Amino acid sequence: MTVRRTGHQTFIFDQHPIVRSVATVVGPMEGAGPLARDFDIVHADMMLTEKSWEKAERKMLEEACTLAIENAELQKESVDFFIAGDLMNQLTSASFVAEKLAIPHIGVFGACSTSMASLALGALYIGSGVAQHVLTATCSHNATAEKQFRYPTEYGAQKPPTAQHTVTGAGAAVLSNIGDGEGDAITIAAATIGRVIDMGITDPMNMGAAMAPAAVDTITAHLRDMRCNADAYDIIVTGDLAAVGHELACTLLHRHGIHDAAARLVDCGLLIFDRTAQEVQAGGSGCGCSAVVTFGHLFKRMLRGEWQRMLVVATGALLSPLTFQQGETIPSVAHAVAFCRTTRVQQGGET
Amino acid sequence: MSNKKTKNLTPIQQQYTALAASREPKRSVVKNCLRAFVSGGLICLLGEAIRQALIAWGGFTAKTAGDPTVAILIALAVVLTAAGVYDKIGQWAGAGSAVPVTGFANSLASAAIEHRSEGIVLGVGGQMFRIAGPVIVFGTAAAFAVGIIHLIVRALLGGAP
Repeated sequence: MTVRRTGHQTFIFDQHPIVRSVATVVGPMEGAGPLARDFDIVHADMMLTEKSWEKAERKMLEEACTLAIENAELQKESVDFFIAGDLMNQLTSASFVAEKLAIPHIGVFGACSTSMASLALGALYIGSGVAQHVLTATCSHNATAEKQFRYPTEYGAQKPPTAQHTVTGAGAAVLSNIGDGEGDAITIAAATIGRVIDMGITDPMNMGAAMAPAAVDTITAHLRDMRCNADAYDIIVTGDLAAVGHELACTLLHRHGIHDAAARLVDCGLLIFDRTAQEVQAGGSGCGCSAVVTFGHLFKRMLRGEWQRMLVVATGALLSPLTFQQGETIPSVAHAVAFCRTTRVQQGGET
Repeated sequence: MSNKKTKNLTPIQQQYTALAASREPKRSVVKNCLRAFVSGGLICLLGEAIRQALIAWGGFTAKTAGDPTVAILIALAVVLTAAGVYDKIGQWAGAGSAVPVTGFANSLASAAIEHRSEGIVLGVGGQMFRIAGPVIVFGTAAAFAVGIIHLIVRALLGGAP
């Protein structure tokens, strides 16, 4: 298994780490959305019968992790590392779940880009040969995010049409250097670590606009580093730009002359909800958004043979309630992971 | 303030913020005002109905009916907040449901419910005025300033204070 760097910020895997299993857990709003059938567990209660929103978020993450390990036909003892993150201060959801799983853990914060940040790091662990199985996961909960970043959930403030609805959901994936048998599998071909971009947006109710330039920067960097055109991918997916950010990203890509990337650009924040029927303003956001849509929905479509190669660019707005109150602008980051659908003829040497 | 902020941005940032501003979905001011007018008016109509009912059947006079009316409106708003309805009304009504006393009750109740998990003292007690706090602080300060002006004007006009 080898990994090497190409260009400035991309690493390529000569032998692709395999996404051995995935698991997704979502809340009621997501369960009422157009992708409901693609999720493993749909909770009808935002509280998950727990005593606080924070506990509910933790429980979702734990369920996703346990299920992913189960789906991988592994024991948690055979998972080498657990890389996870969330939106809570001090990454409490990830840390508390890591304590329960007792797998060596490192927490990562990339706001809503955490899904791909942790996946890229996990793939790097596999690619470098230090690990055989790595569990990566992330989660977000609408109520905990509202509570920490905005207003109490029941507060009747009107949200502007640029606002986004934080997804209640958790997604986990087990990466391995070997798959669990024959058949088609999703593998990781390359990953691009994004630069932090700040284009001067200050409105935390318009994070799509803040994140769009970061997504475009990472897509541009990825194509430059890989020396390929956007048509090398059947689909390019952004994490949670939603309606406003998606349109801005397309505009910027056209301005950069990357028309074929704009043509195949879709956004998880737009896929997860039906904006005409559900009150989500511009669309979905949060760590859970790109995780559950990619793991639950997009991977299934890839395995059905709709696409061979997919680039997922998870976007994160790196603000805190403190910095925006102090009038700072919103820095953003985007990390990209290139997925391939690989047909395996034979696999052996399972441990 | 906004001018000072724009000055700190690089030309590329200024170009992008202008582009982003142009792509922001427009909020219809007329529609929002109409909704606020209708919903705020309905809340006030309800208040007036309660007041008249208290005068007619509750044994209150026009002077004393005010306080129990406000108390009933606050109780209603707290029940609607706890039932998870008030924020839905707020999204539609905007200022219409935020400005009346029910909006103030909602801001207190929602914060109290939200932070109940951190305990009665630090959670409910410490966080209850998280949103309503500034209203009270600046309301009191403004009332003090207006009171002083009132006193001065009355003294200058030679009337009794």
